[in-house]
Amino acid sequence: MKDNYKRIPMPVRYAINFVLLLAFLLIVNELINNKTISLSYYYVILSIGVNIILAVSLNLATGYLGQLPLGHAGFMAVGAYASAILIKNIGVTWYTVPLGMIFGGLVAAIFGIIIGIPALRLKGDYLAIITLGFGEIIRVVLLNIDSVLGFKLTYGAASLKNIPKTTNFLNTYIVVIITCFVIHTMMKSRHGRAILSIRENEIAAEACGIKTTYYKTLGFVVSAFFAGVAGSLYAGYLGLLNPSSFGFMKSIEILVMVVLGGMGSMVGSVISATVLTALPEALRAFQNYRIVAYSLLLIIVMIFKPSGLMGRYDFSLSRILEKLLNLKSSAGKKSDERGS
Amino acid sequence: MARRDLRAPLIPERDRDKTPILECIDLGIDFGGLTAVEDFNMTLGRTEIAGLIGPNGAGKTTVFNLLTRVYKPTRGKILLEGRDIAHMNTIQVNKAGIARTFQNIRLFSDLTVLENVLIGLHNEMNYNLLSAVLRLPHYWKDEKIARNRALELLSLFGMENMAEQKAGSLPYGAQRRLEIVRALATNPSLLLLDEPAAGMNPSETAELMENIRKVRDTFQIAILLIEHDMNLVMGICEGIVVLNYGKIIAKGTPEEVRNDPVVIEAYLGKKGEVPC
Repeated sequence: MKDNYKRIPMPVRYAINFVLLLAFLLIVNELINNKTISLSYYYVILSIGVNIILAVSLNLATGYLGQLPLGHAGFMAVGAYASAILIKNIGVTWYTVPLGMIFGGLVAAIFGIIIGIPALRLKGDYLAIITLGFGEIIRVVLLNIDSVLGFKLTYGAASLKNIPKTTNFLNTYIVVIITCFVIHTMMKSRHGRAILSIRENEIAAEACGIKTTYYKTLGFVVSAFFAGVAGSLYAGYLGLLNPSSFGFMKSIEILVMVVLGGMGSMVGSVISATVLTALPEALRAFQNYRIVAYSLLLIIVMIFKPSGLMGRYDFSLSRILEKLLNLKSSAGKKSDERGS
Repeated sequence: MARRDLRAPLIPERDRDKTPILECIDLGIDFGGLTAVEDFNMTLGRTEIAGLIGPNGAGKTTVFNLLTRVYKPTRGKILLEGRDIAHMNTIQVNKAGIARTFQNIRLFSDLTVLENVLIGLHNEMNYNLLSAVLRLPHYWKDEKIARNRALELLSLFGMENMAEQKAGSLPYGAQRRLEIVRALATNPSLLLLDEPAAGMNPSETAELMENIRKVRDTFQIAILLIEHDMNLVMGICEGIVVLNYGKIIAKGTPEEVRNDPVVIEAYLGKKGEVPC
C-alpha cells in the first residue's frame, strides 16, 4: 500500500512553491502600485514582514532548540543600528541595502556568539534572566552613548534620524522568504535534527555523539542573525531609531507571537505574527478596547490550545497535494472495482 | 568449587588473540566521601556478550556512566581497544565507539522513529551547513544513504513500518528496541544496554534475547548489559560480572555465577533457600 503512495518529485515541489510565491508577490505588488492598498496598510504590511522574520527566528531558539531567550529585541537593536550607521555613511546604491542587512545580521550574530557561549551553559529560567539582562544592557547602552570613539554615531536618546528609507515591499518579502527557507532547510538536515535532539533530550543527544554546545550556540546565533536582519529592515522602514523601541516589551511581544503560533511550528509563527500585527490596526476603531481584545485573544488561545495555534505542525503544500492526489486515485480505484 | 580470580580476564576463546575491546583497570569513583565503585577490573572480548548484574544500588549504572564518561573516574583507567579514554568527553567516547541505551528510556519522543535513528546517524553524514541550506547534491546523497541505512537498521528489529510514527507513541517494548537501534546507528564497537528487558513480558524478553544475539552476529560487536531478568542474563551472556556495594564480588560463566555462594548471599542473604 505504501508503495502505491504517489509522491511529487522534488523539482516539481520547488516549482509549485516558487510559482505561488511569485504570484503572491506580483499580485500584492500590483495592488500596492495602483493604490488599492492604501499607504497606512502598506506600512502595516511592512511591519508584518519584519515581525514574521523576528518570530520565525525566535522560534528557532525557543521552539526548535527549546531554550527561552528573552533578549531578541536586543539583537534586533544591534542589527538595526549597525546597518543604519553603515547605510548612512556609505549612501544608498543598489548594493547597500543587502549589504546593510547582511552587516546588521552579522553584527547581531557576533553578539549572539558573545552572549550565547556563556548563557547557554544555563537552562530555563536562568537563561531567560541572563538574556533579558543582555537586552536591557543593549538598550541602556544605546540610550546613553551618542558617540563611539569620537564619531557621532548613535545619538542616544535623541534618536538616530534620517536613515535612508530603503525598505519596501519587494525587499521585505524576499527577506521573509529567504529567512523561512534557510531555517526550514536547516531544520530538515542533520544539523536541524541535532538542534531538535537537544530540545528533546540533551543527555541522549550527547550519547548519540552530537556536539550539544556547538549546536546550541549555532541555533542561538542563527536566530540572532535573522533578528539583526529584521532590525535592519525595521531601520530602513522607520527612518529613525530610538533605543526605547527595543525594550523588554518588544522581546515579550515577539515571544508572544511564537508561543501563540505554537512553539516549533514555523507556519504558526508566520500566522500569529501576521494576526498579532494586523489585529491592533484592524481594531483601531474600538480605541482602548483593542488592548482588551488582544489580551482576550491570548487568554482564549492559551486556555483552549495551550500548545499554540499550530502546535508543532508544519505546513507543507506538497504533502497536502500528495494527499489529495492519492485520495483521488484511491477513490478512482474503488469506483473501478464497483464498475467491474 | 574454586572461585575465579576477580582480577583475571574472562574472554571467550574466539576473541583471545585480539586486543580486547574494553579493559577497565582498577576503576573507581567517589562521590564526596562515598565510594560508589571501587577496584573495578573487567576485560571484554571483541564479540563477547557480557552481563553486569548485582542488587539494586550496587553501582551498575555508575559503571556505565564511567564508561561513557558522564562521570569522570576518580581512579583507574579505561582502555577502549587499547586506547585510554580518560581525556575524552561523552561525545568523543561515542565517536570512539561506545554507544549506550538508558535505564529510563531517553528517546526523542516528539520526533518520528526514523528521525530518532537519523539523529543516531548524525556523525555518519558529513555535509556542512551550507550544503544543507542550499540543498546541494552532497546533502541529497548523504541523506539518502542515511535514510536507507536507518530503514535497514529498523527492519532488523521489525520496525520499518513504524518509521513515520512518533517515538513517544510507541508501545513500551518498541521504545526499548528503538533505543537499541538508535545506539547501533552510531556505529559502535561496544554496545552498553542498561536494563533492556525492563518492563517486558516473557515473550518480548525471548524476542529481545534473539535480537541481541542477532546484533552481535551481524555487526560483530561486543555487548555489555545490565539486567535483572536472570533468564535473559543466563541465557545469552558468556561472561558475567557481579557487583555489590561498588565492588566486584564474583566473575565467571553463567554456570559458575549461578552457583557461587557469595552471589547467592548478595542477592538473598545468608543461609537462605536457593530458588534456582
